[in-house]
Amino acid sequence: MFDPYKIRNDFPMFRNKTQMQGHDLVFLDNASTTFKPDSVINAVNQYLKNETSNSHRGDYDLCYNADKRIAEARQTVAKFINANEDEVVFTSGTSMSINLVAYGYAMKYLTKDDEILLTEAEHASNVLPWFKVSEITGCKISYIPLTKEGRLTLENVKKSIGSATKIISIAQVTNVLGYITDVKSIAKLAHENNILLMCDGAQSVPHMKIDVKDLDVDFLTFSGHKMCGPTGIGVLYGKYELLDKMDPVFVGGGMNAKFFMNGEVKYLNPPTKFEAGTLNIEGIYGLEAAVQYVENLGLDNIRKYEEDLRKYLISRLEGVPNIVIYNKDAESGIVTFNIKGVFAQDEATYLNSKGIACRSGQHCAKILNDFLKEVATVRCSLYFYNTREEIDYFVETLKTGGDFLDAYFA
Amino acid sequence: MPISLNPQMMRSIIMDHYENPQYKREPMDNSYKSIHMDSTNCVDDILVYVKEENGKIVDTCFTGVACTISTASTDIMCSLMIGKSVEEAEYILKQYMNMIHEENYDESVLDEAIVFMNTSKQAARIKCATIGWDGLDQILKGLE
Repeated sequence: MFDPYKIRNDFPMFRNKTQMQGHDLVFLDNASTTFKPDSVINAVNQYLKNETSNSHRGDYDLCYNADKRIAEARQTVAKFINANEDEVVFTSGTSMSINLVAYGYAMKYLTKDDEILLTEAEHASNVLPWFKVSEITGCKISYIPLTKEGRLTLENVKKSIGSATKIISIAQVTNVLGYITDVKSIAKLAHENNILLMCDGAQSVPHMKIDVKDLDVDFLTFSGHKMCGPTGIGVLYGKYELLDKMDPVFVGGGMNAKFFMNGEVKYLNPPTKFEAGTLNIEGIYGLEAAVQYVENLGLDNIRKYEEDLRKYLISRLEGVPNIVIYNKDAESGIVTFNIKGVFAQDEATYLNSKGIACRSGQHCAKILNDFLKEVATVRCSLYFYNTREEIDYFVETLKTGGDFLDAYFA
Repeated sequence: MPISLNPQMMRSIIMDHYENPQYKREPMDNSYKSIHMDSTNCVDDILVYVKEENGKIVDTCFTGVACTISTASTDIMCSLMIGKSVEEAEYILKQYMNMIHEENYDESVLDEAIVFMNTSKQAARIKCATIGWDGLDQILKGLE
């Protein structure tokens, strides 16, 4: 039995009744980041308090232990997404992961005659690295059209690909509209046309079971902090033969086998090749604990719970006067809306004054606004620890949202 | 706040300047100094224009995309600054910033701008309440 009330006891942010503007905090900005359970905090502390040591070829027990723990964490993460261990690169998060592929693969292999396909709904971290590739190689960036409701369909991918297309880079769940994209079919289509598929999993991996072998994506990226892990740690998954062909963007300590005065260098194999410098070791401990935490809850249970909670949220929101919901039919816990006549930022400030954390603005998806025909929106994003009571309070607060300037006078 | 100004009035002053901003318009000619101001935590993306002649602000206005708080605060700023000397304008600016940051300030020169006296309660919006004022400040500094 999935019990969010019991689960909340694992989180100091809930247990300690964190306050915001004199109210119990209601955290509805989980697409941005998530709270950390005790097990993650303890894992990070374990490294900092009892197991501090650098990794890589230490001659003493502490260092050997750190190496061992990092290898175990890599196994845990690999198993979590059904990858092989040598296909899991530790990065600082999704942005770094996508940049590694853009600079290390696309920059190396694409030319001015090639094309990269994106969509208008992508987060900045899945747009700007490709702009850089285009700037350097001269390749073309094109956008797969979205349906009227903002969905990415196989049909539209089919229409968009051409002989020049070399890479398709898309989010499995976009961070504003929150639809779940059929990545598996798109990967199949891409491969039939000799195109690589890069999947941004930042908004999907924390919320649903992901199997990279089943999806057959070429690259998958995600961030630890959006799934109860620490900030500054994330993952790049890549098929081994692709990682092997890729250049390391960062070079330095820990990733070379030997080098000579004439400039000749022999790099280590993936994934170590991409991990120059001292790793975020406490982050890796924390990420492993986060993976174990969500696995223990069960990704299918999480998905089911969030789906039900979303349905409840939508049904309640429909009773809010003057609300415009932009993604009523999306499957994920992301709901994007505006209250007519109230500027998105002002609405979010009003919610803040009532202890509710929501995100307003363009949500790092700045080209999507042309699609939505809105300057800014408010985004509520759920996680497995949110409750129906929180949603009730949120909805009741929204109903008085027309008094949004109260935030300044109350 | 003056006893005569209650929250209801403050609210209506902000809404009036947001819904009917008098100074959200293009400059009259090309003699204005301008500055582009934007924000990472709000959609605010405005151009502030100032026309100065013989040490006096003859006109000031703004264009662009801005939220309620930034539109109203910039509009009120323009209404206060037109006709003032650069020194007077700098004094008003300083008083406004002091008010926003909860320091001592001279209320007598701020007029309607005092409706933003509680902005510090919503710290994430201080930038919105000051974006136009910062723009003016930077233009005035450039004149020196």
